[in-house]
Amino acid sequence: MLILSSLLLFILTTHSEALTPAAARDEFQEELVIRPLHSGDIYASFQFRTLWDTDFLQEGQKVSHYRLFPKSLGQVLSKFSVRELHISFTQGFWRTMQWGQPFIPSPPGAELWVWFHDTVSDVDGNWKELTNVLSGIFCASLNFIDLTNTVQPSASFKPLGLGNATDHRFLRYATLPREIVCTENLTPWKKLLPCGSKAGLAVLMKSEKLFHSSFHSQAVHIRPICQDEQCSSKAWELRQTLNVVFDLHTSGQGKKEWSLFKMFSRTLTEACPLASSSKVYVDITDNPELFELSPATPLLGQAVVLGDRRTYSVYDLSRAETFGQLRSFNLLLRDMLRPLLHAERYVAGFGLQTGEIHTVIYNNHPYRAFPVLLMDSVPWYLQLYIHTLTVTSKSRDNKPSYIHYQPAKDRHRPHLLEMLIQLPPHSMTEVTVQFERALLKWTEYTPDPNHGFYVGSSVVSALVPSMVAMRTNFTQDQPLFSSFVPVKEESSYFVRVYTEPLLVNLPTPDFSMPYNVICLTCTVVAVGYGSFYNLLTRTFQVDEPSPPLSKRLANLIRRMRGVPLLT
Amino acid sequence: MDGTLFRSVNKFFIIAFCLDIKSYKSFMHRPDSFFLATKMAAPLTLLLIVAVTIRAVLFRSSLAELISARVEVVSPLNAWKRVVEGLALLDLGVSPYSGDVFHETPLMIYLFHFTVDYAEIVFIVTDGITALALYLSIQTYNKDVFRKQKYALESDRYSADCLELLRSPKEMFYIPLKVAMFYLLNPFTILSCVAKSTCGLNNAIIALFIFCTLKGSALLSGILLALATYQSIYPLTLFAPALLFFLQRLYIPVNLRRSSFWFFTLQYAFMYVGSLVVITGLSFFLLGSWDFIPSVYGFIFSVPDLTPNIGLFWYFFAEMFEHFRLFFSCVFQINVFFYTIPLSIKLKEHPVFLIFMQIAIISIFKSYPTVGDVALYMAFLPAWSHLYRFLRNIFLVSCVLLACSALFPVLWHLWIYAGSANSNFYYAITLLFNFGQILLVADYFYAYLRREHHLTHGLYLKKKDGTEATLVLK
Repeated sequence: MLILSSLLLFILTTHSEALTPAAARDEFQEELVIRPLHSGDIYASFQFRTLWDTDFLQEGQKVSHYRLFPKSLGQVLSKFSVRELHISFTQGFWRTMQWGQPFIPSPPGAELWVWFHDTVSDVDGNWKELTNVLSGIFCASLNFIDLTNTVQPSASFKPLGLGNATDHRFLRYATLPREIVCTENLTPWKKLLPCGSKAGLAVLMKSEKLFHSSFHSQAVHIRPICQDEQCSSKAWELRQTLNVVFDLHTSGQGKKEWSLFKMFSRTLTEACPLASSSKVYVDITDNPELFELSPATPLLGQAVVLGDRRTYSVYDLSRAETFGQLRSFNLLLRDMLRPLLHAERYVAGFGLQTGEIHTVIYNNHPYRAFPVLLMDSVPWYLQLYIHTLTVTSKSRDNKPSYIHYQPAKDRHRPHLLEMLIQLPPHSMTEVTVQFERALLKWTEYTPDPNHGFYVGSSVVSALVPSMVAMRTNFTQDQPLFSSFVPVKEESSYFVRVYTEPLLVNLPTPDFSMPYNVICLTCTVVAVGYGSFYNLLTRTFQVDEPSPPLSKRLANLIRRMRGVPLLT
Repeated sequence: MDGTLFRSVNKFFIIAFCLDIKSYKSFMHRPDSFFLATKMAAPLTLLLIVAVTIRAVLFRSSLAELISARVEVVSPLNAWKRVVEGLALLDLGVSPYSGDVFHETPLMIYLFHFTVDYAEIVFIVTDGITALALYLSIQTYNKDVFRKQKYALESDRYSADCLELLRSPKEMFYIPLKVAMFYLLNPFTILSCVAKSTCGLNNAIIALFIFCTLKGSALLSGILLALATYQSIYPLTLFAPALLFFLQRLYIPVNLRRSSFWFFTLQYAFMYVGSLVVITGLSFFLLGSWDFIPSVYGFIFSVPDLTPNIGLFWYFFAEMFEHFRLFFSCVFQINVFFYTIPLSIKLKEHPVFLIFMQIAIISIFKSYPTVGDVALYMAFLPAWSHLYRFLRNIFLVSCVLLACSALFPVLWHLWIYAGSANSNFYYAITLLFNFGQILLVADYFYAYLRREHHLTHGLYLKKKDGTEATLVLK
């Protein structure tokens, strides 16, 4: 077994050595830029670039050995003598006023523009055929491009690559604004990547997340470029781009926080092994001190894009330490501007019998512990069990130093629970208490009983340590908003936090049948009463059949006549 | 001619029976086996071991938590969770009766204040005591029954052809063991014990009360009856059968003009009421307030908590029109106590059967019944095994009770957790369950009366014309 595996290893290494010369001739780079937009949305832009110094257009020579460059596109280039090809599929409209400029712009729907080689004689024929072929490759309705929607712009679309061809006879431009972009367009697009969607950044491209966004655009750009500055050799460049704008602002309750997992519901586990460079850039130009990026990176990059100098945090995926201990890379941005004291509450459990109220209190102060007063008022129809009260901070029992509990009286007063809890610095404290749901009288339910019953907010009151000295002396010239709660100390200020009210469902009787229930229950009681009454008042007797009618009549007559009766 | 023949046959059987009695007597009155007949000690011990093992295993399993949340097994009156809550409130310095969660009596708090850590053992031992008390009571009762039967035979009070109705020591031998087994191995008792429902303690008090009564100790009987009343008010109705039993035992005729009757009645009533006052006073001194009276007895009578249970009250009062509530709660509560006087008159010769009837009626019609209450009266069923031939619909009733027991958790789940049924489903099952219980008790009552009728009037009754007669209630 060992011999076999070492043999296999040997074969593999020799094989890869044999391929190394080819690796110098083509290379692959991948890159993801994440940029928070001013509107609160997140702009994620993927770029995958494949470079190959081959010549598709050489007469009589067929390129047959493909490594990183997709063969389907290569064959298209050589067959139709394409010089430059730009195709984009976009869903949604890029709102420049809110989002600024995209890295690569594209119109809604499908756009295709192609520069043919100047040796092509029948440009329109080639164009027609090319659109049909591309339509097959990308599963799109590009075959609807015909002469009725094709134009030859004279000035707007210049070649972006090598060559200063100005003869716009070889340029064709068409858009299909109605084209609807969906998963079936994304799948062939992903297949063009060397690693597919198996490894590297393309792992993040889960279609249900990508298309659940405000803007989605995918594009393929092919052009010839210089390989170095002197332009001594020419290479073909294939750039695949994918731009998405996620609306995390509304789905994330207005927070500017994001993470890779929240956006793509995936995390990165490795770079594409075929890529020579694999990087993630995060734009941190705006408000870097208010947000915390995790994991932190020492690498910072600067780039001038669209006339603006931006600063980026750079993550190199080709380095193992990026992925950390968990072998998983989930980039996340946290809001540093949290209130020092925060509380929330929810009901746990299922069914309509019991439940548990969870109150979670956050102390976001980095180093100070402070006590808070928690007050809960729970209606009587949720019967609290105070012996199930637990208070835990940092997964340790945190016994309240003061508890005032007044249990409820049915239909008279609610439960009142007050306690003083010490919150450790930078911690989350969870208070749980179990309750039982009562069945009420049918007249006590609200008109919409299955909506549930509201439980008022719990109140968290605290003296929160202050970062700046407070003014304790009250003066007339203080603004009104600063003088509502009197300040007693310089070092802290008073805060009251209200949690969410709870909505709790109670079991309900059937409101439509009070008469039926009264009748049925009374029937059962009457059955009991009746059978006991029967047995108590009657005695056992032999069942003697009464004499027939004729006999009774005869006896009646006999009695009148004074004759002895019949027996 | 016929008469003399019968007489002689009768005499022969009486002699045969007397021989039987002698063997029975010699067995029952062996000096070393006053409490436990040695022959029965082994099976009883085995039974206790099995019962304790089942309970211990269930206590250790994950089922215990599930069972203790079942509404059929625990009611607001006797749930263990509420006992723990009451103790926790006491620890917080709040009176347990200031809220509406705790409804146990003050003595119960103090019992569990010391034994809360050994609660499981307390409940297992309680069940054992109940079973033992029932065992000894039925043993005593059987001896009593046999003695009376002998006197009746000797004084020719029984009809000539009812020999097959007479009870023999042989068939009565295993009845006490069966009673203990019916109590200990009844799934209802086991569930109640595993849920640590304090209903088991109330059952123990009632069983001890029955034991002391049948043993003839009026003082202990009065004290235990007072304790049972203090616990859950309804056993108050057991005063009548206990009094009748003592009167019968002391050969005092139930005659309102006789001073001896009034003397003993007042004596027993004084013992009962005196103990009740002492116990209540003790509770007052333990807590320093009368808060427990409305919280325990007011709670039982006014039925404010409509949590579903196996009884008739919860849905009835959840659906009741507000202005009829007081009227119907009075009617339903009077219903529980109402049967005492007519039953006492009808069964004044049979106080033990009267006790059974009273316990059964309480457990059917009380405001917060649980399966533990059902288990107590069901334990007596083997004692009436000789009534089997007169039972009319025992098959139907057993099927109804079994089906209902299985359907309770199913329909509860459908209503509360799955949401695919509503409260009517569960209500329908409680109705049927109570209907089955009523049928069962009425059937035993009927069978008992019919047997008594046959004993005096003969088993094979004839019509005037000599054909076979059918017996009807008129």
